[in-house]
Amino acid sequence: MEIITTLINGLSIGGIYAMIALGYTMVYGIAKMLNFAHGDIIMVGGYTIYVFMNITGHPLIAVAVAVVFCVLIGVTIEKVAYKPLRGASPLAVLITAIGVSYLLQSLAQIIFGSAPKMVQFPDIKPIQIGSLKIQVYTLITLVASIIVMVLLTLFVKYTNIGRAMLATSEDRSATELMGINVNSVITITFAIGSALAALAGLFYLLKAPNISNTFGSMPGIKAFTAAVIGGIGSIPGAMLGGILLGMVEAISYNIPAIAPYTDAIEFLILIVILLVKPAGILGKRRREKV
Amino acid sequence: MEQIVLETKNLGITFGGLKAVQDVNISIKKNQIYGLVGPNGAGKTTIFNLLTGVYQPTTGSFFLCGSELKGKSQETINHSGIARTFQNIRLFNNMSVIRNVMVGLSNQPEYKCGFFTSVLRLPKHFKVENAMRNKAKELLKIFDLYEERNNLSCNLPYGKQRKLEIARALATNPTVLLLDEPAAGMNPNETADLMDTIRFIRDKFDVTVLLIEHDMKFVSGLCDEVTVLNFGTVLAQGTTKDALNDPEVIKAYIGG
Amino acid sequence: MKIFHFGRKSLSHYYSTFAIIIAAIVFFVLSISIGLEKSTIFLLEKVIIAVILAVSLNLVVGFLGELSLGHAGFMCLGAYLGGKFATIVEPTLGKDSPLNLVLSILIGGAVAAIFGLVIGLPALRLKGDYLAIVTLGFGEIVKSVFQNTTRESFGGALGLETPRFNKDYLFIYCFGALIISLWVSINLINSKHGRAITSIRDNEIAARATGINVTKYKLLAFTVSSFFAGVAGVLYSFSNYNVQSSKFGYNYSIEILVMVVLGGIGSINGSIIAAALITFINTELAQILTGNLAVLQNLFYAIILIVIVIYGNSPALAGIREKYDPSKLFDKKRKDPSTIKKDDAKWNKIPTKIAMDELLSVDVSNSDDNENDTNNTKGGN
Repeated sequence: MEIITTLINGLSIGGIYAMIALGYTMVYGIAKMLNFAHGDIIMVGGYTIYVFMNITGHPLIAVAVAVVFCVLIGVTIEKVAYKPLRGASPLAVLITAIGVSYLLQSLAQIIFGSAPKMVQFPDIKPIQIGSLKIQVYTLITLVASIIVMVLLTLFVKYTNIGRAMLATSEDRSATELMGINVNSVITITFAIGSALAALAGLFYLLKAPNISNTFGSMPGIKAFTAAVIGGIGSIPGAMLGGILLGMVEAISYNIPAIAPYTDAIEFLILIVILLVKPAGILGKRRREKV
Repeated sequence: MEQIVLETKNLGITFGGLKAVQDVNISIKKNQIYGLVGPNGAGKTTIFNLLTGVYQPTTGSFFLCGSELKGKSQETINHSGIARTFQNIRLFNNMSVIRNVMVGLSNQPEYKCGFFTSVLRLPKHFKVENAMRNKAKELLKIFDLYEERNNLSCNLPYGKQRKLEIARALATNPTVLLLDEPAAGMNPNETADLMDTIRFIRDKFDVTVLLIEHDMKFVSGLCDEVTVLNFGTVLAQGTTKDALNDPEVIKAYIGG
Repeated sequence: MKIFHFGRKSLSHYYSTFAIIIAAIVFFVLSISIGLEKSTIFLLEKVIIAVILAVSLNLVVGFLGELSLGHAGFMCLGAYLGGKFATIVEPTLGKDSPLNLVLSILIGGAVAAIFGLVIGLPALRLKGDYLAIVTLGFGEIVKSVFQNTTRESFGGALGLETPRFNKDYLFIYCFGALIISLWVSINLINSKHGRAITSIRDNEIAARATGINVTKYKLLAFTVSSFFAGVAGVLYSFSNYNVQSSKFGYNYSIEILVMVVLGGIGSINGSIIAAALITFINTELAQILTGNLAVLQNLFYAIILIVIVIYGNSPALAGIREKYDPSKLFDKKRKDPSTIKKDDAKWNKIPTKIAMDELLSVDVSNSDDNENDTNNTKGGN
């Protein structure tokens, strides 16, 4: 029975990671940049939920506001910090992203102080099936992340904007020549990524209701790892990597001997996978033309 | 009998199911200027990449002065005596002109100098550095780049960048020099100049030249022998005049 | 005459080293004549450690052109193993033994160097961002492993206590380590080996075709860089009397990277100045901005970092940069951009071989891989 609980836990953590990883991977695929500040958007979402939970007491309203607010922040960051650097060295963009990450963290600390804040969600009794006990919020996370992933896949495959995104990630200049406004494609990508981050913020809060200004750092880094494991730039890869990492985490936490080394194990898996498949599991390998 | 310097035997490579190059047999004699011509996508640059170890051949092999180089790494092949230039110029952009050439020199046996010799600044380091610098200056003078030696190489005009790439390749002291479209983007005067330069290089540095070029005037004016490729296979081979007048070749170029 | 010219030119590489030697002498004289305050000495040690870290990271980021986000991991290894060694041999060699100090510094550096070699190996296959995440992961692994050691071995979560060397002299050793690390780095860069490393940064394909042993030089750069990170770690452990692995997370690696970037990637002097200045200002600000104000410091740095990088790298601002280029304002002769005679990078421009199209490219030199390549492209999403 414990195994099933672990598996469900793993899937739900994996779902959260996958959601964040999707943001990393889409931005990477389309804007060819590592958005290091992506993890901090989760934190922004988390704080927004905290504030609106206190005002309205209604989780759904809080989440809706958080999604809108994160989209606004994400798009603003893209316009102000990343857009001027389009065409510059990716390292420069990466370092700016690090700067943005610091900026968001210190702003949050100024506004909310450094002591962690607790978010009160309504208490729901766990479901009991025989000896199997499952937290409702875990199930909600799992179901919601599956829905999000399915919707996103459909969106990318069957809408014009989604196809424009795929085309941009293949070849930006050719897409531009086809008359597609690449700038707005990038903006939409950031908007979607930020919305996913806000959702991830909610689910992460359901798991651990304390929020501080570094709330998004670790899940951000883990999700980034997941995106790289799956093959950065690939949407199914991000989902796969996220779920894989979530499972590893849940299993490792349940084995007392290796539980303290969970983080190390996850990063070790990353290194091993990259050594075997340098572009990640589903990543595309591109040969440089000589 | 003339000595054969570079020889390929049934050289071929497949990418997935695509036979990019197959059964190419070329033998190039010492101090020849040999042309590799053919329409776009015929596999010319792929052959260069095979000969320099960028790709590993799926069939056949190639030999430099009789010794097999198939399967060797790019740097080993360069040390054995094959140097190249690139279709799209690849210089060390953020390094000065003279340093570009000195990178080419650094693998010569006479400029050997270990890590600790350099870091501890032992006398040998200074001796080697000075020798390399002088040798590099000498090379730059030949290519009329001496005045610009301290400029960043990315600031050079196009024609000089091409020259610098050749100078850097020659600094590795090659037996065979591979030039990938050396005349691309040049006007007729510059092209004529380049023809003289290539002949001069052959005589002065005692190298054999294998070049890819689209400009037929350039090829027929310069090359002793050519191989014409089409869809990765050899279409015609022989002295420049014969090969270029081959009916098959004319058909491939003009169509119909 | 020519040799003299060459000699003078090579002297100019060492101006920063000379300045630091002079600084070392000044502080030494001050400390034995009037004595230095404890806080001053601690700050001095802190600055020196930061400079060593920044210069050594610059070897990889600025000269090899690979992004490393795990520099603190190498420092952590050096701090723990050098510190542990010093603790073990202290009873034998006695308190304040210079031999102990030197040996533990070397051992900390050597262990870090070995790990640098190990982590350099994936560097041969991975490029750009992939390598960045691997180094980041490595740093986190090191941190987490030391955090979970037992109390007896490496102190675990409580940290490792290290010998208390006499603070009146410790900073002299720090200066010594700094001068040696600068001397080695500068000599390395201005030698054929350094040129080979830089050529890999500028164009790896051309470097291979020019006969550069890319494997060897990538490993060399990683090894030297992590050696000095390890040395800095040992100094850190002695300066603080104890090591806490939680300090060495990726945030610390990024702090070092920020110093390198603000100082100018590929500029050793820039790294020295930026590391010293940032550490100094940080420490001073931490005294002024106490309590709730402390957070303003981070805000300030974040904004400065963003503004400087955008100003220095935005393609749209190229015109403004040309107009107000400091090297041209001071030197009229260099007005024509083609005559700029500097070999290293411009002040805040980031040269790197991580180019847009190369981001996803990996080495696919054997034929098996070629097949995978085509299949993947066909079947990809």
